[in-house]
Amino acid sequence: MGEVIFGSGGVVPAAELPDVELYHAKTWITKYVFSQDAKVIAVQYSITAMAIGVVALVLSWLMRLQLGFPGTFSFISAEGYYQFITMHGMIMVIYLLTALFLGGFGNYLIPLMVGARDMVFPYANMLSYWLYLLAVLVLVASIFAPGGPTGAGWTLYPPQAILGGTPGAEAGIILMLLSLILFIIGFTMGGLNYVVTVLQGRTRGMTLMRMPLTVWGIFTATVMALLAFPALFVAAVMMLFDRTLGTSFFMPSLVSMGEHLKYGGGSPILWQHLFWFFGHPEVYIVALPAFGIVSDLISVHARKAIFGYRMMVWAIVIIGALSFVVWAHHMYVSGMNLNFGFFFAVTTLIIAVPTAIKVYNWVLTLWHADIHLTVPMLFALGFVVTFVNGGLTGLFLGNVVVDLPLSATMFVVAHFHMVMGVAPILVVFGGIYHWYPKVTGRMMDDRLGKLHFWVTFLGAYAIFFPMHYLGLIGVPRRYYELGETAFIPKSAETLNVFITLAALIVGAAQMVFLFNLVRSLFNGRLAGGNPWNATSLEWQTPETPPAHGNWGKELPVVYRWAYDYSVPGAERDFIPQNQPPAGVAAQATITAVSAAH
Amino acid sequence: MLLFLAVVAAISGWWLSQQRLTSKPWLEEGVQGDFPGTGASSLPAAKLGLGVFLAVVGSLFALLISAYLMRVSTTSLNILDGPKLPGPRLLWFNTGMLVLSSVALQWAWLQARRRQMDGVRVNLLVAAVSALAFVAGQLLVWRQLTQSGYFLTSSPANSFFYLLTGVHGLHVLGGLAALGRTIARAWPGVATEPMRLGVELCAIYWHFLLLIWLVVFSLVMGWADDFADICRALIT
Repeated sequence: MGEVIFGSGGVVPAAELPDVELYHAKTWITKYVFSQDAKVIAVQYSITAMAIGVVALVLSWLMRLQLGFPGTFSFISAEGYYQFITMHGMIMVIYLLTALFLGGFGNYLIPLMVGARDMVFPYANMLSYWLYLLAVLVLVASIFAPGGPTGAGWTLYPPQAILGGTPGAEAGIILMLLSLILFIIGFTMGGLNYVVTVLQGRTRGMTLMRMPLTVWGIFTATVMALLAFPALFVAAVMMLFDRTLGTSFFMPSLVSMGEHLKYGGGSPILWQHLFWFFGHPEVYIVALPAFGIVSDLISVHARKAIFGYRMMVWAIVIIGALSFVVWAHHMYVSGMNLNFGFFFAVTTLIIAVPTAIKVYNWVLTLWHADIHLTVPMLFALGFVVTFVNGGLTGLFLGNVVVDLPLSATMFVVAHFHMVMGVAPILVVFGGIYHWYPKVTGRMMDDRLGKLHFWVTFLGAYAIFFPMHYLGLIGVPRRYYELGETAFIPKSAETLNVFITLAALIVGAAQMVFLFNLVRSLFNGRLAGGNPWNATSLEWQTPETPPAHGNWGKELPVVYRWAYDYSVPGAERDFIPQNQPPAGVAAQATITAVSAAH
Repeated sequence: MLLFLAVVAAISGWWLSQQRLTSKPWLEEGVQGDFPGTGASSLPAAKLGLGVFLAVVGSLFALLISAYLMRVSTTSLNILDGPKLPGPRLLWFNTGMLVLSSVALQWAWLQARRRQMDGVRVNLLVAAVSALAFVAGQLLVWRQLTQSGYFLTSSPANSFFYLLTGVHGLHVLGGLAALGRTIARAWPGVATEPMRLGVELCAIYWHFLLLIWLVVFSLVMGWADDFADICRALIT
């Protein structure tokens, strides 16, 4: 690799890497199917994730139909209901959100945003996608396995997850665990790529503190995922041993159906610790890329530099670090030591500080800005509002005394759907509307997009706001039907019908989105290279959609940070990152300003 | 696990502190100095990739071991040590083999840097053979244990023993695949850049696996019981 060493000891990659370093596809198959191009892999990841996401969406419809109209639908049994819950949760958290943010957005945006030609290990990157696809297929296979998919809840708590009587205890749970193991191996391959590409693949001038926040968010989330997913891996392997080989890692001695089982000496709590040691960072693995993307969407569509860039970076890193020491707040009801609970409540509440900094900075970026209410901007604003809502109820649940009575109610369902269901999904949509023109060269339809936004946004509130109330009056979660319960008023049933109707409508609105996605591919308005007048590197590619290798003959050189919007004196209201300073009229004044500091 | 996290945090903290995080990008325009350095390190990407991968492997074993320690410390020991595992003498031999393998690779790396290709080839072969001997030895230990009645499912202690040694063995086997490729590269006897990098990466990986094995070994032999006691005292 040709490298030029500079006086300060820093190493500057050569303007052009030797051609051999870039893998060139020769056949149609290696170009579009077994492709090693990060952009193709990103699209593959996204399509797979959205396809399995539609399955999870339909499952949520089925659950809501049961809750809204208990006993009306003969095809929803109690077992089926638990299977729907489990698969819905697992798919949405891992196979949709994690895969889409890191595998989809990560693959597409990291090389383009840091000015690289591709990921550093393209072959491992390709394997990563195919292992992910295999994991999804194994997961889907479990739906058709004898006994159906597992119905143990997405947390798969032992001992009940692998005992007879739980739906899917025969084959479903085995396939579920295998699928998770495959997913984690595949993710590790991709994750190594994302991290090393950010560290080593940056073009000349792209210092870490000049990277767009999207890259910071995805980068930090990937580091966290690489450290947290092994916990799930270990747990899944151990449970697989328990289920298939008869070990007792998680299984205490117990009597089932009057029979002494062969298990003995294991600890179910151990699973909870391992699971949540993965599970809590997972929340931020989904949230941090969303934070990053939203920061960029707001900045671009408000034509203003992000407020407090440095604080935003620090907050991302601090949130990432803190999220490793809060896991037990998911286990307050497990009978833990009170001092333990106190410690985890404190760390949990401390996370609110960097998170609040981020929210303030988003709001302050909007202050006196030239806000364009484009579809991506609408979704970004929707995210900020929703995230604040979900975060506030998180402050309630972070306290042990408040969590204990609420833990098993719909309040928790409402909280986590707001904060890590609706909020990140809004960002996913915003991101897709924003970068779709770069991926395809065409704009998505604006009117359909606005329809999609308003129905989704208002509909999500219609679904989840009433759930807080249901939780406060004591409606339990995880129940197949409520039956005759003295303390639950009749009105709760009416509310459940309302929520179900809202859920059906919101689900249908997603079909509008999918329709728009496909139709714009052929009929969308031609976008040109930089439809949003954005500064970051991915909008400055010589071709749109970017060709293999991203940057024509020479890699771009970066002269400024990613947020030069509405700079006084500049001829346009944005200055691309790769525009050399000589071309800017305001050069002299800016140098004067920085000299003054 | 917390120990491991502290190490990772220290490394990333050190790295972050090198990255001019306090710079104010909105005031800087154009070039810093004459040519903006990216702050990327001069390590080859593959080496950095291995480093990150080792962090993942380290996380995996740290979690397995902390699961074991938690298991030991949350309940009374009498279930775990049911029939306490004997530390078979063969384990000492295996440890020796792994040390030999690691030393041979270190040697090969030194010679690769000095371009002494004959020595590189011999040492790589020694390393591969002794690593294979290690894996074979571990399988023998498993056999001895099952023959004397310590099955995978007999007690959680046994399960953990088989799991830890099994996962470690698989990592050695994975390393052997990479080592095989490196040997194939070294065979023509020409000191090429990718070959030298391959030897170096193998050596680093081997040292790491040796370190993990020593920790696992000390757990199995019961030398870490004091440490487990401390953990128990912390939790209860």
